[in-house]
Amino acid sequence: MRTNMFLRLAALATIALAPVANAQVIAITGGTVYPVNGPKIENGTVLIRDGKIVAVGANVAVPADARRIDARGKWVTPGFINSATSLGLSEAGGPQFSGGYDDTGARGTDGVAASFEAWKGLNPVNTFIIPSRQEGVTSVVVAPGGGMVGGKAALIDLVDATAAVEMLRRAPTAMIGDFGSPGGGSTNSRAEYWAKWRTLLADVKAYQGRRAAYEAGNSRTLAASRADLEALIPVVSGQMPLALSVDRASDILAALAFAKENTLRLWILGGAEAWMVAREIAAAKVPVFTGAMNNIPVDFNSLGQRQENAAMLRAAGVTVVLVGNGPGGEESFNVRNIRQEAGNAVAYGLSWDEALRSITLAPAEVMGVAGQIGALAAGLDANVVVWSGDPFEFSSVAEQVFVRGRTFDTKSRQQQLTERYLTLPPGYRRP
Amino acid sequence: MIQPMRPTRLLLALVAAGCAAAPANTVPAQSPVPAATPAPTATATQTAAVTVTPKPGDGATSRPNADPFPSTYAPFASRTTVIRNVNIYTGAGPLIRNGAVLLQDGKIAAVGATVNAPANAVVIDGQGKYVTPGLIDTHSHLGVYPAPGTAAHQDGNEGTSPVTAYVWAEHSVWPQDPQFPRDLAGGTTTIQVLPGSANLIGGRSVTLKVVPSRSVQGMKFPGAPYGLKMACGENPKRVYANRGPATRMANVAGYRAAWIGAEQYRRRWDAWLAKPEGEPPARDLNNETLAEVLRGNILVHNHCYQADEMMQMIDIAKEFGYRIRSFHHGVEAYKIADVLAREGISASIWSDWGGFKMEALDGIKANVGLTHVAGARTIVHSDDASYSQRLNQEAAKSLTAARVAGLNISDEDAIRWITLNPAWALGIDRVTGSLEVGKNADLVLWSANPLSVYARTEKVWIDGAMLFDRADTSQRWRTDFELGYVPNDGGRR
Repeated sequence: MRTNMFLRLAALATIALAPVANAQVIAITGGTVYPVNGPKIENGTVLIRDGKIVAVGANVAVPADARRIDARGKWVTPGFINSATSLGLSEAGGPQFSGGYDDTGARGTDGVAASFEAWKGLNPVNTFIIPSRQEGVTSVVVAPGGGMVGGKAALIDLVDATAAVEMLRRAPTAMIGDFGSPGGGSTNSRAEYWAKWRTLLADVKAYQGRRAAYEAGNSRTLAASRADLEALIPVVSGQMPLALSVDRASDILAALAFAKENTLRLWILGGAEAWMVAREIAAAKVPVFTGAMNNIPVDFNSLGQRQENAAMLRAAGVTVVLVGNGPGGEESFNVRNIRQEAGNAVAYGLSWDEALRSITLAPAEVMGVAGQIGALAAGLDANVVVWSGDPFEFSSVAEQVFVRGRTFDTKSRQQQLTERYLTLPPGYRRP
Repeated sequence: MIQPMRPTRLLLALVAAGCAAAPANTVPAQSPVPAATPAPTATATQTAAVTVTPKPGDGATSRPNADPFPSTYAPFASRTTVIRNVNIYTGAGPLIRNGAVLLQDGKIAAVGATVNAPANAVVIDGQGKYVTPGLIDTHSHLGVYPAPGTAAHQDGNEGTSPVTAYVWAEHSVWPQDPQFPRDLAGGTTTIQVLPGSANLIGGRSVTLKVVPSRSVQGMKFPGAPYGLKMACGENPKRVYANRGPATRMANVAGYRAAWIGAEQYRRRWDAWLAKPEGEPPARDLNNETLAEVLRGNILVHNHCYQADEMMQMIDIAKEFGYRIRSFHHGVEAYKIADVLAREGISASIWSDWGGFKMEALDGIKANVGLTHVAGARTIVHSDDASYSQRLNQEAAKSLTAARVAGLNISDEDAIRWITLNPAWALGIDRVTGSLEVGKNADLVLWSANPLSVYARTEKVWIDGAMLFDRADTSQRWRTDFELGYVPNDGGRR
């Protein structure tokens, strides 16, 4: 039984990426290269062949047939990863608000929607995807919305595609849960929330151990649907991380204790007050996905919210993945603002190198794809960006964006509108 | 530009001088569309305001420029200060490199390459850093939607009726909102707090200085005119779908019906005030606010996303003879930027928000730039407590987006989007919004060029008083709410 699940997971985890359209050698030369897994390289070369990085260094021989990209005076980095988005899952505010679509959440049962796979509803031609890529974001995590157990997230590459599966890099990456306020939406209190989780985990084990009896109808009523129990098996076995949105310091400690007690792999999302318990988080080797643009005590769970959170966590040895927690839209329309988040993290104490790492290699490592993306190194997939300057600076632009070794010239809807109104459109002119 | 005058005690002397709260020697900087942009003057009714002196307790009379909740703001203690060796974005002219600015008696006393400072002046070596005017946000809900976000404090939308011109945002402002000190720490010194956008006509706004106070009156910007919040489009018709307006056409009918009533009210009261004999007309708070708009004493701030709706709002304003001071949110301002320029209407817009509902679908990052180059007075606003702390970053994003689109815009222009232009929209550009002699000493010292993501505020002055100093955490403003709730960690914010 368990073996079957492992096989299924393994199959999901090693998705065959869409093949590169045409064999091509690209040499990005002369730039300052930030490989992230090593020191920066002045006047460096990044050599790309058939969608893969094949060489990175100061003395890389450029084949005669290579297409050369002159990056003198430019900065070359791995493509950025925004690890907390709903990109491609919603448009125009959703059906309730404005009549668009919203595929971020499942109805679930009593707050549990573990079997929900967010990427299954992904729209590859969602209009926010191209603007994200055009500002250097090459991969994002698409995650379900709230609920005690919201469902499974996936890591996708921002390639042009007609089917979501072409974009997948790793699915699932984690089971998403929302601690919420006061107790996760489907509960009334913190104590009830944790009790419900314990019941749920016990029932997953009961289901797993007596599946035949369950199928034969010889089972007591379990705490979740068959599909959701099934989906939680890899979480219970510690294979799939449980990513919990949790802010209050005492709640973070409770989550750490819960994860330890049940040998779960925990990620903390948000973690407004994580800095207060940074040592405990570091000791538990739990990564924190947090931002650097929120200092507002938005509710009674995040009274200690501060912009230095990321820097303080990192200083304590916690693995930090920077995600948006700023003014808004960073999960869809402004996925691109992950670089603003990184810049602000630097302004509030994180080193520049660590900030870059927190949106490239750190998320790749946490999600188990460091052998594929997140750095500039031979053998990795070529998610590479050539910047006009410091990528965190507002004055810089992403001049070349490679995803899986390809550039894309598809114009965004926003670009088309801009071009239409640079001068009054002829159709709107009158003599 | 002349401010509408309200006979506060503080301002009476200045009213006599003909210019509320404005120093006589101040000439506002030229803005993109000065000629086409009438000031919110109201000469005839100002005369009425002066001749019909309100009697204490006379709450039944509807008077122009009445001020029943007068500002009690007084500047904090200040010291004569000179900041030298600093790059100065004046908000008015070109960047002054390695210049100096002198703050004296709460005003800008001198600014330039060099200034003569008295011997007793506090000298701050700017070390090649940057100074800007205090940033101004035309669209804030601080205090009316405070943090933490609790049901008990959702005081920004009187969503019980589509026309609620009778409510005043200031009566919802909680001065202990911990978002205020964070805004100040972000370099924002003046904000307009508006009612929300649930209603066609949401109520009066108030312009506040971002300062500690036990009362909202203690934050009110002396001499600033009131604003009126109006809203187009999806929000009102969604909120009132069951009782109406449920459509855009009913939205428009709703505005017009309100103005028809207000115009009648204004006529009746102006006639009575001109000849105060016999029984006065009945006072009505809804019509009173609207009548003040018709008299030009209250500035219209109109939440409106779509170009086509903005065009209709312009026609409504013409039908009833009022002016729209600023369209807020205007994600499609770029489509009608030429019209906004011609009509003298400013655009208070976001740098990069859009897509979150149908009417926001056409939001583009070049909106600010395209609107600016068409000659409309362009403003980067927030509508968000987090965003409002980083108006400089938002302006910087818009600047690059404009340049990517091929538009020629200077760094100084971008600073104007968050200083002098919003000051104009709030009717306070004679006294703040730029670093010019005689204006209020509202300014920010930045650790680096404020258009850089790495720049942080170091010091913030309002009326010459240093109210934020990143280096001195002992003086840090903490709201009553924060005591015992929000950890006090010295250097935070």
